[in-house]
Amino acid sequence: MARNPVTWLGSPTFPKAARAALQDTQLRQNLRKATGTIRGRRAAAVAEMTDWEQLRVAGEQIKDDVLARLDTLLLQLEESVTARGGVVHWARDAAEANRIVLDLCRAEDAREVVKVKSMATAEIGLNEALEAGGVHAIETDLAELIVQLGDDRPSHILVPAIHRNRSEIREIFQRRMGVEVSDEPADLAEAARVYLREKFLTTKVAISGANFAVADTGSIVVLESEGNGRMCLTLPETLITVMGIEKLVPTWQDLEVFLQLLPRSSTAERMNPYTSVWTGVTPGDGPQEFHLVLIDNGRTATLEDSVGRQALRCIRCSACLNVCPVYERTGGQSYGSVYPGPIGAILTPQLVGDMHDPQAASLPYASSLCGACFEVCPVRIDIPSVLTHLRAEAVEAKGRTAESVAMAAAAWIFGAASRYEKAQKAGSLARFLARDGRITSLPWPGSKWTSSRDVPAPPAESFRTWWRKNRG
Amino acid sequence: MRVKVALFATCLTDTFFPSTARAVVRLLERLGCSVEFPLDQTCCGQMHFNTGYREHAKPLARKYTDVFGGYDHVVAPSGSCAGMVREIHPTLGEAPPRTFELAEFLVDVLGVTDVGAWFPHRVTYHPTCHSLRMLGVGDKPLALLRAVKGLDLVELPDATQCCGFGGTFAVKNAETSTAMLADKMRCVLDTGAEVLSAGDNSCLMHIGGGLSRLRAGVRPVHLAEILASTEEDPWRATP
Repeated sequence: MARNPVTWLGSPTFPKAARAALQDTQLRQNLRKATGTIRGRRAAAVAEMTDWEQLRVAGEQIKDDVLARLDTLLLQLEESVTARGGVVHWARDAAEANRIVLDLCRAEDAREVVKVKSMATAEIGLNEALEAGGVHAIETDLAELIVQLGDDRPSHILVPAIHRNRSEIREIFQRRMGVEVSDEPADLAEAARVYLREKFLTTKVAISGANFAVADTGSIVVLESEGNGRMCLTLPETLITVMGIEKLVPTWQDLEVFLQLLPRSSTAERMNPYTSVWTGVTPGDGPQEFHLVLIDNGRTATLEDSVGRQALRCIRCSACLNVCPVYERTGGQSYGSVYPGPIGAILTPQLVGDMHDPQAASLPYASSLCGACFEVCPVRIDIPSVLTHLRAEAVEAKGRTAESVAMAAAAWIFGAASRYEKAQKAGSLARFLARDGRITSLPWPGSKWTSSRDVPAPPAESFRTWWRKNRG
Repeated sequence: MRVKVALFATCLTDTFFPSTARAVVRLLERLGCSVEFPLDQTCCGQMHFNTGYREHAKPLARKYTDVFGGYDHVVAPSGSCAGMVREIHPTLGEAPPRTFELAEFLVDVLGVTDVGAWFPHRVTYHPTCHSLRMLGVGDKPLALLRAVKGLDLVELPDATQCCGFGGTFAVKNAETSTAMLADKMRCVLDTGAEVLSAGDNSCLMHIGGGLSRLRAGVRPVHLAEILASTEEDPWRATP
């Protein structure tokens, strides 16, 4: 099976990448500030809603229904889009999708295309594929533009440049746009606006992703905050939308649920500033050619897993990233994929579909299982449960290791109280390693603990020994 | 009628923190329960399950049901082990007996918040992730602490953020775990408390291990030990 290029080529395993990221004090500072702020705002936006829990359940149920009927709903979508003058393309994987989009650009003779922020196109590496084919893609979302101009990688689903502060952004803009600009947010935004405005007006082809596609009407929905999306979706002559096959909702009315869940979860807004909806082609209004590219890229395989498939409910709000204590410290690039944070830890390995890949297999372990992600997820993805489920797959793929032998031994010891007690007594001898009641250094793998934490000296008498003496 | 309780000490507390289990016995007996400690108990299988060794966790879950099956109430001084039993054992094909984390047992089953304790120290409380999010223990531990005579309870900033323990996470991702621990310790030290309390010795071992390494002068004490302490028989630092 061809490997899906969801992960960045040559990415180290999570612990290795995280080790490097943790050293970056500027990154730590930027992330602490940004995630802390978004966390607080989201909590306030959600607290306003008396029916939030019902909305979450509704979101979960609608998405589960979509996943259960995906085959028929997709055909319905194709029919609806085609009936309204759009053209639907089906892509099994990233390579197929990229080839379809490149061919469409070439058919229009486009050398440059403008892009609305899209996770699906980032997932398939569309920009790089287009560049290789002689088509330059211009990101028009401010944060995405910062990442692109900085020759950087995104580190957050919603705010891909969250790891940058404003002085770093100023430096990137000055270097790449050739302008003098201050580090005031308004000035930085103005510089981007001037830079982008000309592109909107001169580019004939736009590429977008989709937040939702309505099966029964064929409508595509994009939510955004900056208005760049609205420009891309209305000014060019040709619009190409690339969308994962799971982004469907059955009916127009179902949008009601998600248009409440998504803004509050992602940007902590009651309503996002721009919601663009289009249905096929409208003569004399907006793009006169519309292509919808539906990508699988590992989704059908994910759907086969009864526990793991709930990851496909994801609406890419990034609430789980903002509350994740691991993400807050390591940043998004440590996850080696366009999907970072808790959702990335369960989605990336499933889309990659190969637990023999050490990087993919390391991702489900990038969590302390604290459960903060599940608590905020607007479509109730039980991320901790999927994490442990995928860990079991990783263990199985690895086969016999030092760890698996140790775990088997521990299980055998715990299997009988008599063995457990003997081990306890033997272990209690470690108290002779202690000074002042603490052990400060242990051999590997205990050294991983004692590198930063003491271990209390085991007591001479376990509780069960005491109980037997005093109560037995 | 005296409420009959089986104590599930948990392997960590049994082995490393016997004073906590003794405190649970003392506290529950003081509140009129009769406490039993089935000696066949070992481990709930959480480490195995959470690390991906589901098949090894299964017989341990089975064993738990066998050992505690005859009891109406099982009490554990650990939110995460009680969470493992209540939320995960059923997914391993078990129907476990009713198992409670200590604070929920006191408040929900015995219906007490003032347990007659005395603990004249400045204390801050870390709500552990599994007690908070798996069991929904909420502010029951805080209600119990507020009723303790002499206790000066100070709020922990960013209290609900994980301390970075996470079982094998602490060694598999030791650096990230340490970064989380550093922030937790900063919050603990900011309170000026001399005692850090929690309902899980695993998290306390983690935060306490960091505080000990820094000689920070803050002592981890399990909630059970605070609640067991009285004017007549006050808490003492014992293994």
